[in-house]
Amino acid sequence: MDQLNAWFTQLLAGNAIFTANTLGFYWNGLVTTVQLVFLCLLLGIVLAVPLAIGRGSKRPWIKWPIYAYTYVFRGTPLLIQLYLVYYGVVFFNGIQDTIFWEVFKDAFYPALIAFTLNTAAYTTEIFRGAIKNTAKGEIEAARAYGMSKGLMMRRIILPSAFRRALPAYGNEVIFMLHASAVASVVTIMDLTGAAYYVYARFYAPFPAFIFVALIYLCLTFSIMFVFRQMEKRLLAHLRPRGA
Amino acid sequence: MIDLQGYGPRLLEGAMVTLELALLSLVLAVVLGLLTASAKLSRNRAIHAIGTLYTTLIRGVPDLVLMMLLFYGGQIGINMLTDQLYDAFDIDIFINVDAFIAGVITIGLIFGAYMGETFRGAFQSVEEGQMEAARAYGMSPWLAFRRVRFPLMMRHALPGIGNNWMVLLKTTALVSIIGLTDMVRVAAEATKATHEPFLFMLPVAGIYLLIASLSEWGFAKLSKRYSTGFGEASEWTN
Repeated sequence: MDQLNAWFTQLLAGNAIFTANTLGFYWNGLVTTVQLVFLCLLLGIVLAVPLAIGRGSKRPWIKWPIYAYTYVFRGTPLLIQLYLVYYGVVFFNGIQDTIFWEVFKDAFYPALIAFTLNTAAYTTEIFRGAIKNTAKGEIEAARAYGMSKGLMMRRIILPSAFRRALPAYGNEVIFMLHASAVASVVTIMDLTGAAYYVYARFYAPFPAFIFVALIYLCLTFSIMFVFRQMEKRLLAHLRPRGA
Repeated sequence: MIDLQGYGPRLLEGAMVTLELALLSLVLAVVLGLLTASAKLSRNRAIHAIGTLYTTLIRGVPDLVLMMLLFYGGQIGINMLTDQLYDAFDIDIFINVDAFIAGVITIGLIFGAYMGETFRGAFQSVEEGQMEAARAYGMSPWLAFRRVRFPLMMRHALPGIGNNWMVLLKTTALVSIIGLTDMVRVAAEATKATHEPFLFMLPVAGIYLLIASLSEWGFAKLSKRYSTGFGEASEWTN
């Protein structure tokens, strides 16, 4: 650790902006951003799978509320949703005296709720499209085996739908990573928040923002790489022969 | 007029700013997108590389970061440039970056990259036979582009343009962060002053939904227009 520190100090010698201190800010921002995005995507999937199944239901009282939810959350800016949850919680009369305040006084949780609701809406529509495009033959085959509806959903429709949803879902992951930058608006020190702090402290927009843009670029490329590998493995059976 | 504790008129002004910003950025994005698509389809390696670099960089970085970079960096960059001009040529000018224009340029620049991808795919799906036919009729290259390639391309590009427009519309909300008084900023200020988030945020969300729904309808009409001559064919074959 000491060696690493010494090496760092030497590397950063003569650099006024990128000191160990500000790099620490960027590192903490990176951790916050990754945590926020990972958690909201995870919760988003958990919400989206039942919603996507319900969205294809024949019963109007299941189908239409889900449609209204995805329409509203996909039709309004994430920033508005974030403001609604954040200020809705902060300005909720009397919340400061309840046990919930311990959780909600940190802006992280309101942001997580807003992001989760947002990504769940997009993911629902992605999954719903994939479920709808299940090949008829697969369903007929499952029925011929005498599978119940639940078993067919679990063993046949969902696994093949997840695979087909993969490319679109990869885009959603990248979209969410980029959208998470608005978290900095409600006092969260994510990557963008850290960059803004460095900009304001040194009045140096170019180093502060170009550095953070490069970090986001690396994250984006990593996500793209992971999804491309997954697609290669999971969609191998869909590739044209000889390719 | 709905008063909303006196914030109603300002909210409406903000809505106009949002709409103007979105429409002007859309125009810039379409122009940039067409340029980018031609750059990416160009046989010239350098031009192709510039087009690819532009779309990759823009699409890999969050809108908000680009916006902050161009907005906060733009003024300093221009000041540095004018300082150099002053030192070198004794020309003394001062250019103040207007927040609205900066917003239009930033959003146009961001969505130019997305539009570029849309247009590139659309241009590629125009059958070459159509252009050969146009040439056989003796059309000049410009006339052939205007009458044949562009309308045929638009049929493929419209769904993508529609999607980009919806995302662009929502992205305009970010300008409230860098200090432009659009409807989101008015609503945020009103919320902080009155502690009533739902009273202001919900109408703003409603306006976004209204614009989105209207655009959806408009794009459906446009797509019908640009599909003229294709709908019937598919009806026959089916």
